Amino acid sequence: MIPVTDIKDTSRQPLPSLMGGEGGGSLFTTFFRIGLFTIGGGYAMIPLIEAKIVDEKQWITREELLDLMAVAQSCPGIFAVNIAIFIGYKLRGVGGALMSTLGCIMPSFLIILAIALFFRQFQDNPWVARAFRGIRPCVVALIAAPTFKMAKTARIGWTNVWIPVLGAFLIWMFGVSPIWVIVAAGLGGFLYGKYIAADSPPALPIREGADTEEKE
Amino acid sequence: MIYFQLFYTFFLIGLFGFGGGYAMISMIQGEVVTNHHWMTMGEFTDIVAVSQMTPGPIGINSATYVGYTAVVNTGGAHWMGILGSATATFAVVLPSFILMLIISKFLMKYKHHPMVEHVFTGLRPAVVGLLAAACLLLMTPDNFSTPSESPWQFWISVAIFVSTLIACQVYKINPIRVLLCCALIGLLLF
Repeated sequence: MIPVTDIKDTSRQPLPSLMGGEGGGSLFTTFFRIGLFTIGGGYAMIPLIEAKIVDEKQWITREELLDLMAVAQSCPGIFAVNIAIFIGYKLRGVGGALMSTLGCIMPSFLIILAIALFFRQFQDNPWVARAFRGIRPCVVALIAAPTFKMAKTARIGWTNVWIPVLGAFLIWMFGVSPIWVIVAAGLGGFLYGKYIAADSPPALPIREGADTEEKE
Repeated sequence: MIYFQLFYTFFLIGLFGFGGGYAMISMIQGEVVTNHHWMTMGEFTDIVAVSQMTPGPIGINSATYVGYTAVVNTGGAHWMGILGSATATFAVVLPSFILMLIISKFLMKYKHHPMVEHVFTGLRPAVVGLLAAACLLLMTPDNFSTPSESPWQFWISVAIFVSTLIACQVYKINPIRVLLCCALIGLLLF
């Protein structure tokens, strides 16, 4: 039986073009912008994707982003690039995946090459160091912000709040790799569905408006 | 031929690089410093520092920089170094590109299957935990300084942290604008 978890259809929003046009709404330019401002590792991309792709353009739902993060984290390779590949593929197939990936890595590529060619003392520059002292605490807060919204989307309540708490604690305090947390959680969900919730209907139906509620 | 070696090395790193940028950096270090002697440990440390400071995923940044440095260090011209960058970056992305396409296809096909639904019922709360952990792991003296080391920087960092949270949560200001503002605050106050 198929649960009533119809994830919002993205087709009600116009699909992005691959390269240009539509006032910068293409996959390439969107991911170029996101790549350009992803500072401090892959997770720093999440708030940008959330603002641009989930809230503004509504290409994917917040719930899909959550699922996608689980998949991207358990696949080899670069987290941020994995996410770009999936979103591009979902919206426009292989060509879309290619464009979003290119967009995502192009800023890195150009900036690093510029530094390697012309600006080798980049990390010793006092202006750069100062700007970064301001950026770093900001990035930490930017990653903290979606955590709360994601908790809402994942429908965290008293019965399952131990999962994120335990997961975060294991990673933070004991240096457990996030992959093991993902594997354990996926396996746990599978076993729960197979043996405990087998008779009752599976997951609670996801409310259609769950994502739009908080946007006034 | 250095391009083939670069391609092969970074393809393997992309294929087995589980666990994000930092796990990848130790793999890159093992390959390019210890194994191939393309650069010294000092050069590699500089590359990691720049990769952390510049925009973009750390894995891509370091692959690009390492590709360039490896070619130039083994006697290549600058334009050959650019080719080295492109090779390393392409190679590190290629495995995940192929894998993610296959996985995306399956995921989109079977996402309504009850068993897949159950798996994701477990995964979603866990991902929230991952996000929280990513944030906790970044709360270091490196990023915030400490009250004893530099009270000025510490308290301004805390203020930046709190105001960013408020800007994003309450006023829903675009993260890119917030980032630019914080860079400006850093320039003015530190």
